[in-house]
Amino acid sequence: MATRLLMPALSPEMKFGKLTRWLKREGEHVQAGDIVAEIETEKATMEVEAAESGVIERILVPEGAEKVAVNTPIALIAAMERPAAPAAPPEPAPAEDEDFPPLRLSVRDALREALAEEMRRDPLVFVLGEEVGESQGAARVTQGLAQEFGAKRVVEAPITEHAFAGLGVGAAFAGLKPVIEFMSFNFALQAMDHIVNSAAKTLYMSGGALNVPIVFRGPNGARARVGAQHAQDFSALFAHIPGLKVVAPYSAADAKGLLKTAIRDPDPVIFLEHEMLYGQDFPAPRGKDHLVPIGAANIARAGRDVTIVAFSHGVGLALKAADRLAEEEIEAEVIDLRTLRPLDMATVLGSVAKTGRCVAVDEGWPQGGVASEISARLMEEAFDDLDAPVARVTGQDVPMPYAANLEKLALPTEADIVVAAKKTLYLKT
Amino acid sequence: MAASPFEPQDGESRLGAFLGDGDDIAVYRAMLLIRRFEEKAGQLFGMGLIGGFCHLYIGQEAIVVGMRLASRENDQFIASYRHHGHLLACGADPRAVLAEMTGRRGGLSGGKGGSMHMFAPELDYFGGHGIVGAQASLGTGLAFANSYRGDGRVCVCFFGDGAADQGQVAESLSLAARWRLPIVYVIENNRSVPGQDGELARRGAAFDIPGEALDGMDVEVVRAAGTAAIARARAGGGPAILEMRVERYRGHSLADPAKYRRKDEPRAAAPDPIERQRERLLGAGRADEAFLKRIDAEVRAIVAEAADYAAQSPEPVAAELFSQVLT
Repeated sequence: MATRLLMPALSPEMKFGKLTRWLKREGEHVQAGDIVAEIETEKATMEVEAAESGVIERILVPEGAEKVAVNTPIALIAAMERPAAPAAPPEPAPAEDEDFPPLRLSVRDALREALAEEMRRDPLVFVLGEEVGESQGAARVTQGLAQEFGAKRVVEAPITEHAFAGLGVGAAFAGLKPVIEFMSFNFALQAMDHIVNSAAKTLYMSGGALNVPIVFRGPNGARARVGAQHAQDFSALFAHIPGLKVVAPYSAADAKGLLKTAIRDPDPVIFLEHEMLYGQDFPAPRGKDHLVPIGAANIARAGRDVTIVAFSHGVGLALKAADRLAEEEIEAEVIDLRTLRPLDMATVLGSVAKTGRCVAVDEGWPQGGVASEISARLMEEAFDDLDAPVARVTGQDVPMPYAANLEKLALPTEADIVVAAKKTLYLKT
Repeated sequence: MAASPFEPQDGESRLGAFLGDGDDIAVYRAMLLIRRFEEKAGQLFGMGLIGGFCHLYIGQEAIVVGMRLASRENDQFIASYRHHGHLLACGADPRAVLAEMTGRRGGLSGGKGGSMHMFAPELDYFGGHGIVGAQASLGTGLAFANSYRGDGRVCVCFFGDGAADQGQVAESLSLAARWRLPIVYVIENNRSVPGQDGELARRGAAFDIPGEALDGMDVEVVRAAGTAAIARARAGGGPAILEMRVERYRGHSLADPAKYRRKDEPRAAAPDPIERQRERLLGAGRADEAFLKRIDAEVRAIVAEAADYAAQSPEPVAAELFSQVLT
């Protein structure tokens, strides 16, 4: 008589998960409580235990399966005594073929590849942050790095953002290439002094004698249901500071290429990732050493009627909005800024010269935001090209609420972008 | 930039040129240079040639000179904004240091840093930090780099008793202890916060960081304690704290009338560090009055030349406003 092993849930909201790995094979004997498989979601990994002793009769869901619904039977366990003969050893997992990389790549894997490639390339590069080593990274971006590079180069720091940010700057003074991970940029406020006063200004204050080759990276911006202190977008805050470079990629290829470039850059780079993009798949970059320059925007979609300027997660909203506008025969051009400082205004101006209209999307707060900067610069530099006032689509001017309905209201949506685009075209919405 | 009067001669190390082999006369000369330099800085501030803040090191000279004697070439020094003495002890050109304070083109940072923000990485001097306590974390990072490279260098990190209360100092001690980093934290206890004598040396106790409180106005006491702490750090023994009791003769900065210091506040029992070294030289028959006068004249000439240079060096060209924001 076989019992069914079910896909467990990590949280009440979890509906699907990925079955990462089977630790037992068909025919293998398991004891109740043995770990038989690993599953993961956007947020965490979990080990699946056998509820009863027996033999794995059949594996119903293969390793690597995505979107496995909670409560799906994943294996059958037959109630049987341990067989006399030892079970066959598990087959080794097939090695990835370097000549045929996967066609699609998640942002998380892209970032991990960038870190690993740069660490292989330059022994001065090291990663330091909370839970980045043996714990595999809170968002699992650094998964596997400690195994390859060891604790010396993948350094788990205690919860001391102020000091470890300063430590990173000091190590950069000495010529190392630190990549400092903030578990979330919300916690970077503890380190703001060293980012602004030590990293950004030293080159200038030293008359060019001392540069600071450091990367501060981690998730920034909205995240589901974590409330006001853990879901803030600080893009504008960092983009305000001379002496910093600020990068906020959307796609996996840009995440990879920009992180590699950031690590090689001689100046401090703030690398803003987005929690809600980590798990998203994109076409994988081609080529061995994929680099994307800092300071260059990308035209993510070409169009002639209205320009939509966005960055990070907002690019996804802008592209969806452009699809909807296309249904109404409005051709939107979507510009992915990719870098927030230095801002590639040339690309934005070129597009607006063509469309005469612009919607600036920014998930952060409206006052003094990135969208405000785009709007001001267009007024100064492209006044005669504009056929309508620039429209901003931003987060609401409030701390992030916890309640699901209020949280939804606080963040910009693709529908907001559609409405704003039509407004610039003087169309009814 | 003009050549430093302490520029190494052929076959001589930078430290050698400045302090000899720890020669007691060179030590006297070094401390005297810092004293006369700071007196001149005070004058230039009074004349309006130095703007903003100007934090003098008068009375504290034995600390940085003693630690320089205790360290090896390539060991890194990092300090607060009260650091003109540290720059000179590391071998920076007095002309360039003073011209930075007057905001001139010939200044160490081209006039863009000011009194508090000067760096000489080629001399392993990493600033000059205007945020109280910042150098504790930054210095710990220099030590992290030493440990990462395994190059045997030690970082000597100076901060005041005021900075010792900063949260990041405690965090830095925690990190340095955890990773046994090669760093010596020198707390220059000039008693801006009263009643802490001896207590600051124990600030690392919770992290098992050894500490010692000593007379920071005797260069030989500083040298001996510094040598032991640096050797221990170099050998992999981890961080140490040296609390140097010292009497700062002036206010916090020249803009500070030091009203919080009562006139009848007891001064340190220790005599002036330079006087003390002078007595030593005379007592040991190493020098006579005439010889010491010659040293004083020589030092005064260096400082006078630096002051001329600092007053005459032109201001930076306007285009410098936009240079060096990024590499």
